[in-house]
Amino acid sequence: MERKLAVKDEILLSVQQPARYIGGEVHAVMKDKEKVNVRFAMCFPDVYEIGMSHLGIQILYDMFNRREDIWCERVYSPWTDMDRVMRAHQIPLFALESQDPIKEFDFLGITIQYEMCYTNILQVLDLAQIPLLATERTLEHPFVIGGGPCAYNPEPLADYFDLFYIGEGETQYFALMDLYIKWKQKKESRETFLKQAAQIPGIYVPSLYDVTYQEDGTIASMRPNCQEAPERVTKQVVMDVTDTFYPKKPVVPFLKATQDRVVLEIQRGCIRGCRFCQAGMLYRPTRERDLSMLKEYALAMLANTGYEEISLSSLSSSDYSKLGELVTFLIEECGKKGINISLPSLRIDAFSLDVMGKVQDIKKSSLTFAPEAGSQRLRDVINKGLTEEVILDGARQAFVGGWNRVKLYFMLGLPTETEEDMRQIAWLAEKIAERYYDVPKEQRHGKCQIVVSTSFFVPKPFTPFQWARMCTKEEFLHRAYVVNHEIKEQKNKKSIKYNWHEADVTVLEGILARGDRRVGKAILKAYEKGCLFDSWSECFQHQLWLEAFEECGLDLAFYTTRERKEDEIFPWDFIEIGVSKKFLLREWKRAQKGEVTPNCKSACAGCGAAVFKGGVCIEHQN
Amino acid sequence: MNIRIKFRKYGAMKFISHLDVMRYFQKAIRRAKIDICFSEGFSPHMIMSFASPLSLGVTSEAEYMDIRVKNASSSGEMRERLNQTMAEGIDVISVRLLPENSKNAMSLVAAADYQLCFRKDAKLADGWEAKFLEFLKSPEIRLIKKTKKGEQEVDIRPWIYQCVVADGIIMLQAAAGSVHNLKPELLIQAFADWAGITLEPFSLLVHRKELYAEIGDGEKKVLIPLEELGEDFGE
Ligand code: SF4
Repeated sequence: MERKLAVKDEILLSVQQPARYIGGEVHAVMKDKEKVNVRFAMCFPDVYEIGMSHLGIQILYDMFNRREDIWCERVYSPWTDMDRVMRAHQIPLFALESQDPIKEFDFLGITIQYEMCYTNILQVLDLAQIPLLATERTLEHPFVIGGGPCAYNPEPLADYFDLFYIGEGETQYFALMDLYIKWKQKKESRETFLKQAAQIPGIYVPSLYDVTYQEDGTIASMRPNCQEAPERVTKQVVMDVTDTFYPKKPVVPFLKATQDRVVLEIQRGCIRGCRFCQAGMLYRPTRERDLSMLKEYALAMLANTGYEEISLSSLSSSDYSKLGELVTFLIEECGKKGINISLPSLRIDAFSLDVMGKVQDIKKSSLTFAPEAGSQRLRDVINKGLTEEVILDGARQAFVGGWNRVKLYFMLGLPTETEEDMRQIAWLAEKIAERYYDVPKEQRHGKCQIVVSTSFFVPKPFTPFQWARMCTKEEFLHRAYVVNHEIKEQKNKKSIKYNWHEADVTVLEGILARGDRRVGKAILKAYEKGCLFDSWSECFQHQLWLEAFEECGLDLAFYTTRERKEDEIFPWDFIEIGVSKKFLLREWKRAQKGEVTPNCKSACAGCGAAVFKGGVCIEHQN
Repeated sequence: MNIRIKFRKYGAMKFISHLDVMRYFQKAIRRAKIDICFSEGFSPHMIMSFASPLSLGVTSEAEYMDIRVKNASSSGEMRERLNQTMAEGIDVISVRLLPENSKNAMSLVAAADYQLCFRKDAKLADGWEAKFLEFLKSPEIRLIKKTKKGEQEVDIRPWIYQCVVADGIIMLQAAAGSVHNLKPELLIQAFADWAGITLEPFSLLVHRKELYAEIGDGEKKVLIPLEELGEDFGE
């Protein structure tokens, strides 16, 4: 029987990219809804092409669907055109596979990857006709559970979620599902389920905690309001990343997704410890997948999907211990089948240049460096172990090898930054250009092209900079102006192009990133005013956000430009990520003194993640 | 070996654009492990071409794609392998071997058969069929056609090869391809304008039934379905 669609043909033909809403892709999983105990809708609250590119959902989708009694389906944010039609015709948001309304499901799981999707979360709930406030949901409604990196500070979203899953989904979801199945048979209250769920490691039920505030607005205490809820919630990690869930048959979209390729995650975690980097702290300890597993999965995934490209994914691929072997294997296997290999996040050195020369067209590709700060002083502050010498030498080797395009990424607004540091961004770009013109003319390929991009720094929870003050919009723009001006002064200015990020949206990201429960009201207000798809510059409505904060009586400076005291209780302090607050504070102090901390492979800094009994430091001891 | 593949596109697949169908088949061919030929160069691409793009919303039981392969054992086996990896809404109907030096499907297309009807809720006044037949009797049907070069007035009447109406269904055979191409939507819009009928958007359902090549000698038109230019092989 042909699958029915939730939306009529005329409507689908009147919106952009109707393929976003029809499901039915290769490897999408169909089951009989009568034969499963749990229906789980997995949501990425952004447009289909972005959501379909996310590896985490593919892993969990595969994991859930391996169980016969669970049917996991997908749902994404309807784009603004579809959003309008669905509201006008009262079409409830539906899952792609069955095309059934989400409100009939047992769970709605939402992965929260960036702050700027918060209004989309409310859109998804709203279109699904699920009450936005968790307190207003009844036995008729699904449980709404959040996960992903932003769940590490879930507080701004506390009112809208029944539960949060803190950590990697592969570990506790089945326990949660089993608990749910038992609870459903007994027909008990929602509260009973939530209290039981709170006892599963990694599960945070916001309604079971009360927060009190001091006069100055900071948190006085955050405590469980019942005995079932634990004082602290511990992040969940998969310690064996080889013998675990990974999809051999990921869903292959019809539309060209942002990630239009096989994604092979080679490791989790990062040894570098850059002080601004949240991922680097959250995903400790580092864990490598076995080479043989990666080889097997690479071949199986390519065969099952038919993709013409494979990409290795990790925070810092150069640190994978068997990278050489893996890449040699892939070059051999893929070469004969016309499959491309893409290797993001590689350090530029002789090895990577050699590999890149083999897998891509040098004339079309560019080199990427992320020094993040212009001066060595500031790079020491942020603990980015990349020196000017290494960058210039890498660039020189690449230029000799035939490259002529370089991309440089920096952050503006880092703690302790001076105008000198900003200007050094321009100087570094200039030095790279000079290296290019040092290469004998016969060996060069025309002009060189250096693209400098700066983003504005946002202090994130669980980083040494969580105490730091964030710049105002004006301070950010002034910094971009200084860099822009200095680039114009350089001899090779014609070879250097400069892009900078928008400042309004960065300030908002900063508020949400370190926000507390009180910020949640403003998110709802902004949504009600029409904010949606805030990460899309064509949709972002800064003015409405400002009004929302104003009407909720929130002081933006409290969340952004205020430097936090050492002993301040943060909204996210109740989460145990392994890396201790003591370590983070030590790093914050070292940063201010410009002292670097060696990476985890060279020396253990005692960050605390060893409680998970793994990572390079523990491997070294054994 | 040059191979012509005929496939059906139905159900939800009608919402997949032509560009995405091409990308879909590139992946399907890899999944089915078809030994396809690639072009030369640093980023080689599959040797594959489609006869005629289908608009969004249109279904078809006669889509054609030509590919060149190094090796293939039989029509049946290749069809089977492809069908095992198809998403619901696309079925491979036939796989035919083309003679050496045969022209590709795209350059051959001369005509197409369509089955047209109106959505149930389109609410056309009774008796529209009779009006439509009367409309077809016009010696000329002039309308403005948008082309790459801008707007142009054309007479589309000669491009209608056959057209009958029965039980609310229009069967149309019309010019298709690179020389003249009559989109059924255009004809129906011309009819609606002529008859003073307002059509709701997307109220016409178009289904393509066949694509033809012209093999006449220039005097008389002789059309044959594209698949008949090739033969089953290896069975
Ligand atoms: S290298 Fe630095 S920025 Fe990159 S993931 Fe590791 S800690 Fe983060």
